[in-house]
Amino acid sequence: MIKHDVLEAVLTEGKRRGGDFVEVFFEDRRSMQLNLDDSKVEGVSSGRSRGAGIRVIRGGTTGFAHTADTSLEGLLQAVEAAAASDVSSASGGAVALPRAGTPARVPTEEEASVVPLAKKVELLEQADAAARAVRVDDQRSDEQVVQVAAGLAEVRRRIQIANSDGLLAEDDVVRTRFSVQCVAKGDGGLQTGTEAPGRSLGSAYFDQFPVESTATIAATRALRMLRAQPAPSGNLPVVLARGAGGVLFHEACGHGLEADLIERGASVFKQRLGQQVASRGVTLVDDATEPNEWGTFAVDDEGTLAQRNVLIEDGVLTDYMWDHLRSQRAGRVRTGNGRRESYECLPMVRMTNTYVLNGSSTAEEIIADTEHGIYCVQLGGGQVDTSTGDFVFGITEAYLIENGKVTAPIKAAQLIGNGPAVLQRIDGVGNDFATWAGTCGKDGQGVPVSSGQPTLRVSELTIGGTAL
Amino acid sequence: MSNDLEAIAERIVGSAQPGEAVEAYLTTGRETSVRVMDGAVESLTTATSAAVAVRIIRDHRQGIAVAATLDPEVLEETISDARDCATYGAPDPFVRLSTPEDVGSEAPSSLDVWNEDVLTTATAEKVALALELDGRTRARDPRVARVEAADYGDGVSETVVLNSNGIAVRRKRSTTGLSVVALADEGEVAYSGYGFSVRRSFAELDVEEAVTRAVARAAALLGARPIPTTRMPVMFDNMAARSFVGLLGGMVNGESVVRGRALFADRVGEVIASPVVSLVEDPRNTASFSAATTDAEGIPTRAVSLIESGVLQGFLHNLYTGARSGHGTTASATRGLSRPPGVGVRALSLAPGSQSPESLLAEVGTCLLVESISGLHSGTNTVTGDFSVGVQGHMVRNGVISEPVREVTIASTIPKMLLDLVAVGNDTLWLSGSTAGNSLLFSEMAVSGT
Repeated sequence: MIKHDVLEAVLTEGKRRGGDFVEVFFEDRRSMQLNLDDSKVEGVSSGRSRGAGIRVIRGGTTGFAHTADTSLEGLLQAVEAAAASDVSSASGGAVALPRAGTPARVPTEEEASVVPLAKKVELLEQADAAARAVRVDDQRSDEQVVQVAAGLAEVRRRIQIANSDGLLAEDDVVRTRFSVQCVAKGDGGLQTGTEAPGRSLGSAYFDQFPVESTATIAATRALRMLRAQPAPSGNLPVVLARGAGGVLFHEACGHGLEADLIERGASVFKQRLGQQVASRGVTLVDDATEPNEWGTFAVDDEGTLAQRNVLIEDGVLTDYMWDHLRSQRAGRVRTGNGRRESYECLPMVRMTNTYVLNGSSTAEEIIADTEHGIYCVQLGGGQVDTSTGDFVFGITEAYLIENGKVTAPIKAAQLIGNGPAVLQRIDGVGNDFATWAGTCGKDGQGVPVSSGQPTLRVSELTIGGTAL
Repeated sequence: MSNDLEAIAERIVGSAQPGEAVEAYLTTGRETSVRVMDGAVESLTTATSAAVAVRIIRDHRQGIAVAATLDPEVLEETISDARDCATYGAPDPFVRLSTPEDVGSEAPSSLDVWNEDVLTTATAEKVALALELDGRTRARDPRVARVEAADYGDGVSETVVLNSNGIAVRRKRSTTGLSVVALADEGEVAYSGYGFSVRRSFAELDVEEAVTRAVARAAALLGARPIPTTRMPVMFDNMAARSFVGLLGGMVNGESVVRGRALFADRVGEVIASPVVSLVEDPRNTASFSAATTDAEGIPTRAVSLIESGVLQGFLHNLYTGARSGHGTTASATRGLSRPPGVGVRALSLAPGSQSPESLLAEVGTCLLVESISGLHSGTNTVTGDFSVGVQGHMVRNGVISEPVREVTIASTIPKMLLDLVAVGNDTLWLSGSTAGNSLLFSEMAVSGT
C-alpha cells in the first residue's frame, strides 16, 4: 500500500493543479494460473501487477493517467499527466486524510489461504481422471469423452483508494475459479460441456466445489448433448433453471440500469423510475455484500462501501446503479457500483452480484405447468444493445418440455428478446435460488460478477434454432 | 528499437542456468484516449505501460511468470517465479524454444506498420479531432440527433522477444482510430449506428468516413421490426462477415487438431466448402493491422493456403503443434503474455469474388441483409460447429434494400454455411484486427423472429 504522507502529497498536488476532485487508486494483484489439456499440466504461470491510476476531475472533464511506478516521484508525474493543464488556474489547499482508512475487510484465514502449487497440479489431474470416468445412462460404446481441458485461476487483489474529499479505503479479496471443458464424440460429431464455478474464497473453495463434481458436470453435459436434436426456431415458453437464467436479467435489464448509460440516454430504462417495468413478483437486487460470491467486495473501486441495492421491487423500478461521477452529477447517493478491471482503467458503473429473489412456486410446478417449451439448464453468456433493449443469450444445455415434462436435449442456440417486453412476460418465479459466476465485459473492461435467480418462466421468447 | 528493452531482455536470457532454456518477452506501450460527450471532453487518458513475461523450460517442463513492470527488483523475482513454475508442469517432449535452424537464413525485413506521428501529434489536436467527430455527427441528420459517445484512441507498442538460442523478435506498431455511436430516437427506443476510421497514422484519419457510416446506420434502422420465422437466403455485409471469417480461423487452428477439438481434423484434401471458398492466411499483407514478417517464435511468416476452391488444404501451426502433428510450423505462433505460444491468424481473408454487393443483391432478389451481429461468443462454437446469433439489418426485396429488421436470430452450422456459400463479394474490408470481411451470400439459413 502507498504511505499516508505520499497519498496526501499527491492529492494536494492534484488540487494545486486545478482538480476539483483528485483520486489515487492503488492495486497490487498477484495471480496464479494452471492449465491442463490432453491430460498434461502444460502451462503454469504466475503474474504480478502493481500500480496506481490517478483521476483528476475538473469541471466536466476527467483526466486519467496510470503508472507502475508508485514512488512519490512516479505518482507526481502521473498526477501531472492526469491534470493535463497549466497551474495558472490552480486553487485548492492541502488534502488531509484520516489516519486509518475505511477498515479493509481482511480476508479470513479460509478465504486467504491458498492450496500449495503441488496440490493444484493434483487437483487438475483429479479433474481430468474424473471427467474421463463419467458414464451416462444408455451411453453407447461409440460415445465418449475424448478431450478434457481444466484450468485453475486464483487471484489476490489488494486495493487502496484515497481521494481529495478525505476518503481513505482499502480492500483485499482472494478469488478462485476452477473450470473444466470436455469434448465428447459420437456419431453425430463433437459436443462440448463446460462448468466453471467461481467464488471469493481461497482453499475453502475446494470444499464447496470439489473438482470431481465440476468435472462430472462438464463431462455429463458433453455426453448428453451428443443426442441433442436441432433446437426449435420461433417463439416458445422458456423455463430457466435455477442459477443459469440470471444471465437473462443481467442482459435484459441489468446493463440498462447502469447510471452511465442512463446519463447518456442510451438505455430504454431512462425516465422509468417508479414505473412497473416487470411482472409482479419480480424483485431484483444488486448485492456486493453477499459473502464470498464471485462479484463480492468490501469497498468498490472508488472506496464506497459495498451495499445491497434494490433495483426492482415487486416489478416496480426503484433505482439505478451509481458510481461517484454519475451520482454527483445527478445529485444521487453512490451505491457502490464504481468498478474497474485494473489500475490501468477508469472506473465506471458495473454490476456486482445481480439477483432475482425467490418466489413461491417449486421448479416442478413451473415445469409441470408448461405444455410445450424449452428448459434451459446452462447459459453461455449474452449481449445487449441497451438503446433498443434487444438482448441475446446463448443456451449451452437445454431440453424440450413436452406435456409438462422435460424430455429430449436440444442443440445450442441463441435466444433473443427485448428487455422491457420480456420482463413483463415473467409468469413463474420459483423458490430454489442459486447463483452463477461470470465475467462481465463493458467498454473493453472485464470484471467478475455473479448472477442468480430461482427457476423462472418467460411466457414467450424467440429461440434461434434451425428446426422450423 | 529501444536499447533499454534489448538490454533487459539480454539480462533475463543471460540468467539461464545450466539445462535451462529461457525466453524473455518484453513489451512497452503508450496510449492516448479521448471521450467526448455532448460537445465536451468527458475523459482524457494518457498512459504508458510495460510488461515482461519470462518463460523457462527445463527437462521439457515449462513455467511462465509475468510482471506488469520492468522494475529490476521485480524482474529477479519474476525469473525465480518462472523457474519455480517450471518444476510443476508435466514433461512434454515437444515443448522447446525456437532455434536458428527453425528460423532459416532469410534476412530480417520489416513492414510499414509504424508511423511516428501517433507519438508526436499534440494531445490537443487529438482532442480537437474527437470534438469535431462529435459535432459533425450530431449536425448531419435531424433524425440522428444524439451521440452516445465519440472516441479518439491511439496506441504505440514495442515488443522484444529474445531466447537463449539467440532468436530475437523485434516489433513496433502504431494504430490510431476514431469511433462514434450515433443515436436515432424513435419513442423510448434509440437505434445506434457505429462509425469508425482506423489507421496507422494520425494524419490519415478520416472524420467523414466515421460520421457518414454512423449516421447512415442509425437512420437506416428507424422503424426496425422483427420479421416472421422462416428460411431464406442471407447476405452478410463485409463488416458482419469479418466475424464469420474469424470463426473460420478457429476451425483451421492446429491447436484444436492436436487436442482433439477440430471438426475438420480428418478432412484435409476433402471438399468442406463450396467452390467459391478460398481461404488464405497471409501475415505479410500490410492491409491487416496485425501484419508481421515473423511470428511470435521468430519464424519468418509466409502465405498459407487453408481452403482452395472448397478443398481443405491444412491447418495453421506453431512449433509445438507442428511437431506434435508432424506437419511442421506454418509460422502461426501468437503470444499472450501469460500463456505459452498459441496458434492464431494475423491476416486471414477469403479470396474476393468478382461481384459487387449490389449486383449480388440484384441477383438473389429476396434475402435478409445482415449488418450487425450480437452474441457471437454465446451463440457460436468452433468445436461443435453451432452457429446461432442475433442480428440487425434489412430485408432485401427485388434486389432492393427495403425495411429495417431487428430482434431476430439467424441459425445454421458453420460446416453447412461453408457449403451454402453462394458468392463472395469484391468488397474486401480490413479494420483493426486480423481478419478481412467481404459480402457473403448464403443460399439459406433459419431466421427466427415473430
